[in-house]
Amino acid sequence: METVFTRTPTLKDCTTHYCPGCGHGIAHRLVAETIDELQIAPKTIGIAPVGCAVLAYDYLDVDMIEVAHGRAPAVATGIKRTNSDKIVFSYQGDGDLAAIGTAEIIHAAHRAEQLTVIFINNAIFGMTGGQMAPTTVLGQVTATSPQGRQAIGQGYPLQMSELLAILPGTVYVERCALSGVAQIKKAKKAIKHAFELQIGGANGLSLVELLSPCPTYWRMTPVEAMQWIEKEMTKVFPLGCLKNDQ
Amino acid sequence: MSEKKLICGNEAMAEAAIIAGLDAYFGYPITPQNEVTAYMSRRMPELDRVFVQCESELAAVNMVYGAVATGKRAMTSSSSPGISLMQEGISYLAGAELPAVIVNVMRGGPGLGNIAPSQADYFQATRGGGHGDYRTIVLAPSSVQELADFMSLAFDLADQYRITVMVLTDGILGQMMEPVILEKKKQRKLPPKNWALTGAKNRKQNIVRSLWLGDGVLEELNRKLQKKYDEIQKKEILCEEYEIENAEIIVVAYGIAARIAKGTVDKAKKEGIKVGLIRPITLWPFPAEQISRAAEKAKAFLTVELSCGQMVEDVRLAVAGKVHVEFYGRSGGGVPSDSEIMKEIKQLAAKR
Ligand SMILES: Cc1ncc(C[n+]2csc(CCOP(=O)(O)OP(=O)(O)O)c2C)c(N)n1
Ligand code: SF4
Ligand SMILES: [Mg+2]
Repeated sequence: METVFTRTPTLKDCTTHYCPGCGHGIAHRLVAETIDELQIAPKTIGIAPVGCAVLAYDYLDVDMIEVAHGRAPAVATGIKRTNSDKIVFSYQGDGDLAAIGTAEIIHAAHRAEQLTVIFINNAIFGMTGGQMAPTTVLGQVTATSPQGRQAIGQGYPLQMSELLAILPGTVYVERCALSGVAQIKKAKKAIKHAFELQIGGANGLSLVELLSPCPTYWRMTPVEAMQWIEKEMTKVFPLGCLKNDQ
Repeated sequence: MSEKKLICGNEAMAEAAIIAGLDAYFGYPITPQNEVTAYMSRRMPELDRVFVQCESELAAVNMVYGAVATGKRAMTSSSSPGISLMQEGISYLAGAELPAVIVNVMRGGPGLGNIAPSQADYFQATRGGGHGDYRTIVLAPSSVQELADFMSLAFDLADQYRITVMVLTDGILGQMMEPVILEKKKQRKLPPKNWALTGAKNRKQNIVRSLWLGDGVLEELNRKLQKKYDEIQKKEILCEEYEIENAEIIVVAYGIAARIAKGTVDKAKKEGIKVGLIRPITLWPFPAEQISRAAEKAKAFLTVELSCGQMVEDVRLAVAGKVHVEFYGRSGGGVPSDSEIMKEIKQLAAKR
């Protein structure tokens, strides 16, 4: 019989701790496929965030480091500057990258660090129990915005990719969604492009934002969560390439 | 090679770190250690090594975290407010057992304080301002030469024990110019860094982490850390004992305070007062045994610090009530003068 689909070697043969319908598992798979297709596993160093993906090092079979909440871009800078022959990527949630680690990502981009960033935007703090994130959309009910997010007092959803794309230090910024086969295929292409840029020595940071379902704290079924991304999230976070300098 | 150079403490420390094999320096400017950042920004690129001026000390310590995780020698330096910001990173370095070197050129606090010399970060350095059950080795030089010499020691200790080593100095030593010899020191025999992130080529994946979720796993790690700390306490204490043979009064001071107090001890001896000096060089591990031993014979102790009284708590713990421990300190930029220390010594002598 012909094999049409298998595990990709960089994705370890184990069950993850992610909830059913979670986007993290899909994102891991795409990163792992990319690493394998580009044959860079032996020279890749990955950075796990603090967030639901904190155990990413248990799932991705490359050298990995777990770091303090939000500090991944600084740690990545320390790694890449001292190891220019390595491919360095960080994998960060929206609490990690858009709240506590805003300074680190802005400045890594501003310094044009040769890094690849996979940014998982699920409009929520998943790990700590579904609190409001800077990316939570207006009206969205969370553990800390029980009346629904209000612009006045709680702020507008923060569009990190738009913000980062205007910095001269980024070479590539694209927003994709993990909301269905077609979108996932686009996401894969974007992730691969971001890694290829680093491999080719592009002079700056490449970032792919992935709108990612969190059915658990959106209080939806996995299918509803996918639909909510396409109907609601993309209104605030439009899909597409924001910058491609190369 | 071994010719003497007249150079300030901050630059001597920077060059000594480079000689010790520093691969990368990450820093954020703050007085009174700006000479370090400036020196590194010029020298490191000359040598094809890494210099990054970071956006904050939080970033600096995390860049160190990343660089040392790959097996490189990396450091950062700062002064008190910046070191406060680094505490998160120091805790993670401890949890992940990474070897890092951090220099604190102390200034007055709390808060923004001032830019005058101080020793008021003793508690923070020896007790750890970060969270969790951890220790850092703390080296306290008292001359520009020692400040330079301790850099290679700091990197060796860090690599040997996979621990953060803090060099704790102050604005006076950082700024003061003294003739120093800068030369390559013989390196200790160090364990291989087979845990480092170098890319999983022909080996299994390496993971650097400080997260241990399983039942009892973190407790086990903490036990292992404690064993390491015990070993350091047994093997790595450094302490200068000066004229303590027949001393009735023992002055205890470290760093620049010890430098000043040593002169006073000499003068007091000439006046017939039986006085000696114990100078802790490692603040952690603390030379408690040396102090305890001296307390068997001495009649009183005088601890002198550029603080409102921090190390004196460790001295009192070591003396354990055997004799009286007096304290004299100046704070917020004040520096104990020779005559002030003399007055304290004479008051203690008069009580005998
Ligand atoms: C300094 C610090 N503050 C707070 C936390 C608690 N914390 C852990 S994960 C997290 C938010 C994670 O959200 P996100 O980055 O969006 O990741 P997700 O779980 O949604 O994938 C918070 C606040 C922490 N670990 N460290
Ligand atoms: S809480 Fe949300 S983000 Fe976290 S694992 Fe579950 S679905 Fe995924
Ligand atoms: Mg999130």
